[in-house]
Amino acid sequence: MNTAINNKTSETISFWYDPDKRSILYQIGAACLFAFVAWYLISNTMANLERQSIATGFGFLNKEAAFEIGESLIEYSAADRYARALSVGFLNTLLVSFIGIFLTVILGTFLGVARLSKNWLINKCAAGYIELFQDIPILLQLFFWYAFFYEMLPSPRAALNPINGLFLCNRGLIFGIPQAHPVYKYMAIAVLIAVIIIFLLKKWAQKRQDLTGKAFPVFFTSIILIIGLPFVCWLFGGAPMDMSVPVLKGFNFKGGLTISPEFAALLLGLVLYTAAFVAEVVRAGIQAVSKGQTEAAMAIGLKPGQLLNLIILPQALRVIIPPLTSQMLNLTKNSSLAVAIGYPDFVSVAGTAINQTGQAIEGVMLIMIVYLIFSLSTSAFMNWYNKKMVIVER
Amino acid sequence: MRLLKVLAVCLTVLAMSTFAMAGTLEDVRAKGWIQAGVNGSLFGFGKADEKGVWKGLDVDSARAVSVAVFGSPDKLKFTPLTAKTRFTALQSGEIDVLFRNCTQTLSRDTALGLDFCQVNYYDGQGFLIPKKLGVKSAKELDGATVCVLPGTTTEMNVADYFRANGMKMNPVVIEDTAELAKAFFAGRCDCLTSDASQLAGTRAVAPNPGDYMILPEIISKEPLAPAVRHGDNQWKDIVNYSVLALINAEELGITSKNVDEMLKSNDPKIKRFLGVTKGIGKAIGLDENFAYNIIKMVGNYGEIFERNVGINTQLGIERGLNALWTDGGLMYSPPFK
Repeated sequence: MNTAINNKTSETISFWYDPDKRSILYQIGAACLFAFVAWYLISNTMANLERQSIATGFGFLNKEAAFEIGESLIEYSAADRYARALSVGFLNTLLVSFIGIFLTVILGTFLGVARLSKNWLINKCAAGYIELFQDIPILLQLFFWYAFFYEMLPSPRAALNPINGLFLCNRGLIFGIPQAHPVYKYMAIAVLIAVIIIFLLKKWAQKRQDLTGKAFPVFFTSIILIIGLPFVCWLFGGAPMDMSVPVLKGFNFKGGLTISPEFAALLLGLVLYTAAFVAEVVRAGIQAVSKGQTEAAMAIGLKPGQLLNLIILPQALRVIIPPLTSQMLNLTKNSSLAVAIGYPDFVSVAGTAINQTGQAIEGVMLIMIVYLIFSLSTSAFMNWYNKKMVIVER
Repeated sequence: MRLLKVLAVCLTVLAMSTFAMAGTLEDVRAKGWIQAGVNGSLFGFGKADEKGVWKGLDVDSARAVSVAVFGSPDKLKFTPLTAKTRFTALQSGEIDVLFRNCTQTLSRDTALGLDFCQVNYYDGQGFLIPKKLGVKSAKELDGATVCVLPGTTTEMNVADYFRANGMKMNPVVIEDTAELAKAFFAGRCDCLTSDASQLAGTRAVAPNPGDYMILPEIISKEPLAPAVRHGDNQWKDIVNYSVLALINAEELGITSKNVDEMLKSNDPKIKRFLGVTKGIGKAIGLDENFAYNIIKMVGNYGEIFERNVGINTQLGIERGLNALWTDGGLMYSPPFK
């Protein structure tokens, strides 16, 4: 009797009391609400822009930019279009973020390990560094480093010249670089080939070790390959020795490569600040690996290097990677503070473009899209790496 | 009873709002003061001194309007405004007149619903350099590093100038004025570019102002003029002719010191201007002696200029374009008759 009633209720359950159907309804409701709000905002904005007869759209990207940019990885002049000016800013942001992330990971790892050192002095120095740099706002640090560079260094005419062809002044660090020559292109290709060979070699060495137990010195071979191949290439290319040496001409140095104080201050500020956070992440990761693992590894006779590479790091990385990713994203996003110290990053260039064209909505949209692209691609890469590192459960 | 009270309040509010819809002149006379929008932080143009007294070329121009309407230079209240808020404040009626080193442009005059009056300062973008650089002209700046304050047109003006002269430049663009000035004084850049009046202000706060000079080249036109709401023609006339009275007085040789003697002058132009011969006051709807009062209480344009920004002040700006037309400048007043 009882079961019969139960069966009946479950068959004729009211639409409103069925959690599945209800949740679908909620979802539809939420989607409608979102669509309405989006439509309202967009149509309202469009109507207002029309009323004030403000032009909309991305047509301005094709117009002449008519402003100069301090430093650029690609050829650029005021006669170029806005699209090109924005690419210059994009590449500048990419450059500072990429080098910044690279240096931050190295410095952060080093500090994190130092923080766990049994040596009292090293340990306390690392702890002091972390506390100091973590607790001061990044903007202040940027101002400090920038002021440090332009206040401390002499003018170009009194530039420091510690070694031949290298100058240090308040216009930046200027040094000689090899004169452009076709052989450098082939050298770059040689490096690429070397990387591919190393990748294959590592696979082969692993396989051989699995089969025969014999280890192959992959590390040393890799170093020889990555230096040797381009060098051989350079020799065959006629070993060009011409250098583009900086010479003081007029107001500034001509020739060579310049690292501006703005770039240096931004990079230094970002790296020193973010490395303090990365150090804590690394420390947490290492401490998460139980002590028994180290003891067991030592008991089976692994060398300290092997212990770190084969036992500790693979396990620690699993804990480190997710928070490390968010620190990398932080560094990229913080690079937009460049505006404050005059480094022409994407936000700075886009800001000028907005000022000149009045296309604020489009400009801000571009800024958002660019940072979204940076962040999503960093995340995608780190997620892939994380998946590779994740524990293989059997 | 209560309902009646509410109704009375409503009616008063309604009456007042319709009153406000009338001309700014009646509005100003009813409340007893003029609300003037000023810069608030630009030394020499609009800034309160350490005692809280407002000083500057723009402030004195506003005082001329106050004298014209009320016969007293102090019937003013100042609203410091930023570059972003200045036009909205005027459009919305928060202020009655805008004296805030605004460049008159076509689009502001039309699309923003403003009317610009007589220019009270002809400015333009220039270059500030350290004297030890040994540069005498902006044409010698090829390859220079230029500190630029990002503004609406500063970056474009300077890029245009260098391109037009076939020169190369290396800009350093820093958003904060103080930070930019620090970098320039420390020698990060060879020169600093901005409106010439602002350059003078920047030089005044340099560790050693004598070490810096402004190059003679001016690379853009920035006529700074007071503005009123579009469509209020009587109010516009009053602001316009208050500023023009300053210029006309200088042209006629009338200063705050000799204005009383000038009342006895036989020159019909001076007689008409000072209200000895009646006519101009009635025409504009003010006291017959409004011009006399302005000069007596505020001084002529030359006096105002020298007092606030002139060669003997911290800013040390020469008259240049702001000299009278008779001295090769652009200051020119239509006749007061």
